[in-house]
Amino acid sequence: MLNTSDILETINMIRQEKLDIRTITMGISLFDCVSEDENRLCDKIYDKITKTARDLVPVGEQIEKQYGIPIVNKRVSVTPISLVGGDISPEGYIKVAKTLDRAAAELGINFIGGFSALVHKGATKGAKNLISVIPEALAETNMVCSSVNVASTKAGINMDAVAEMGRVIKRAAYLTRDNSSMACAKLVVFANVPEDNPFMAGAFHGVGEPECVINVGVSGPGVVSSAIKRAGDCDLSALAEVIKRTAFKITRVGQLVAGEAAKRLGVPFGIVDLSLAPTPAIGDSVAHILEEMGLERCGAHGTTACLAMLNDAVKKGGVMASSHVGGLSGAFIPVSEDAGMIAAAECGALTLEKLEAMTAVCSVGLDMIAIPGDTSEDVICGIIADEISIGVVNTKTTAVRLIPAYGKNVGDSVSFGGLLGYAPIMPVNGYSPARFISRGGRVPAPIHSLKN
Amino acid sequence: MKAVITVTGKDSVGIIALVSSECAVYDANILEISQSVLSEYFAMIMLADVSRLKIPFGDFADKLNKLGAERGLDIHVMHEDIFNSMHRI
Repeated sequence: MLNTSDILETINMIRQEKLDIRTITMGISLFDCVSEDENRLCDKIYDKITKTARDLVPVGEQIEKQYGIPIVNKRVSVTPISLVGGDISPEGYIKVAKTLDRAAAELGINFIGGFSALVHKGATKGAKNLISVIPEALAETNMVCSSVNVASTKAGINMDAVAEMGRVIKRAAYLTRDNSSMACAKLVVFANVPEDNPFMAGAFHGVGEPECVINVGVSGPGVVSSAIKRAGDCDLSALAEVIKRTAFKITRVGQLVAGEAAKRLGVPFGIVDLSLAPTPAIGDSVAHILEEMGLERCGAHGTTACLAMLNDAVKKGGVMASSHVGGLSGAFIPVSEDAGMIAAAECGALTLEKLEAMTAVCSVGLDMIAIPGDTSEDVICGIIADEISIGVVNTKTTAVRLIPAYGKNVGDSVSFGGLLGYAPIMPVNGYSPARFISRGGRVPAPIHSLKN
Repeated sequence: MKAVITVTGKDSVGIIALVSSECAVYDANILEISQSVLSEYFAMIMLADVSRLKIPFGDFADKLNKLGAERGLDIHVMHEDIFNSMHRI
């Protein structure tokens, strides 16, 4: 028989330490939906998604029951819509967004990602049309998520796209001003975007992906935090081992669920995303892991070092537990979705500048950060450019999901509900980068991109 | 296919009888039983063969869960593979 303490450990992880599968995301190619006619395009997209992902939610629920582990989200990601829509009108792109939303509602999924454009070297007419209506598309839908890749290590940074995204983010905040500027929580600006990411808001089904695929994102900050607590005052080598062992166990569950979902849905298994994804619930925080490692507060000097070690140990433990690892893979640090980050930001221990430093050593970027509603477009573009540069130069993914909360200022907070949590408005350095941003053009790719 | 049935809660007379009779009703064959005390609560673990179950696995899990709730016990049924995956290489 199985070892009793192993059984109890697993049950304790799920019941007390909030171990869950954060998402099963089905990636669906929409290339065969291409049509010159907007209405025909929408019909084909709706039919393809609802037919392909018909069993996603019921199968997810069956697996949840069978293994006794919560699967928090069932999601769909699709081919970047700008590649499928081509040169349809901006209004046509809004129609497509509404079609995606309708398909998501029909399936009963939580989010659908892929209202996206890849413009790291330049924008096609379709990409321009799509980006121009992102604010409207997100304001008029509930479950659609959008992402724009503005840079890559190979291509450099498309600063015209960065400038455009400053405008897009401000307008998205304004259009949803009565709802906590919610549209901004569904929009990410990327550098080096992964094509197999199961996490929202940045998920889309990349061009090199198969017709349909299952990607799984795991979670488990609470499990890591408890393991570190149990380890007591050991040295950092021993602590790294504890984190690795825990990450291995978490990821094995992800691999099991991913394999089972792929088998039952008759779809190839893609990747497991080795991520520590927090939620606003108590005991499910990445910031609390860092504090358990020995920081008085997340954001204190030493935070970047702790996060770097944590991120590395999670990858080392997780990589052996899964046959294919991909997506973002690492610790997430979204401020509004993490009780410890919220508390650290509220008491002033965690600043935007420290968060930027932290993104150099973990998996994503400046994520779910609320800033004053009157922050200028230029300053937002400056924040994006800084963050994106970290990704481009370090050959890693970085991203920006900022919420310039309309009508709010430092001292206020903004609530998004559910897993998206709530965030105190964080102060922003108001000195202007306007002249730099207005230069436009491309920042050339760094020298180390020339590897051939 | 084997399932791990865990029963936790306050100790009382007849817990094993309660769970094993329900297993018999749905043709779940109990293979092993063990007990342990963790953090001051009673814990029982059963390993059962559920390959001939009369009802779908999910429904069986729900039945036992409901039965436990009626008696103030926490009963969960999980496929053994989750434990094998996590603890065996």
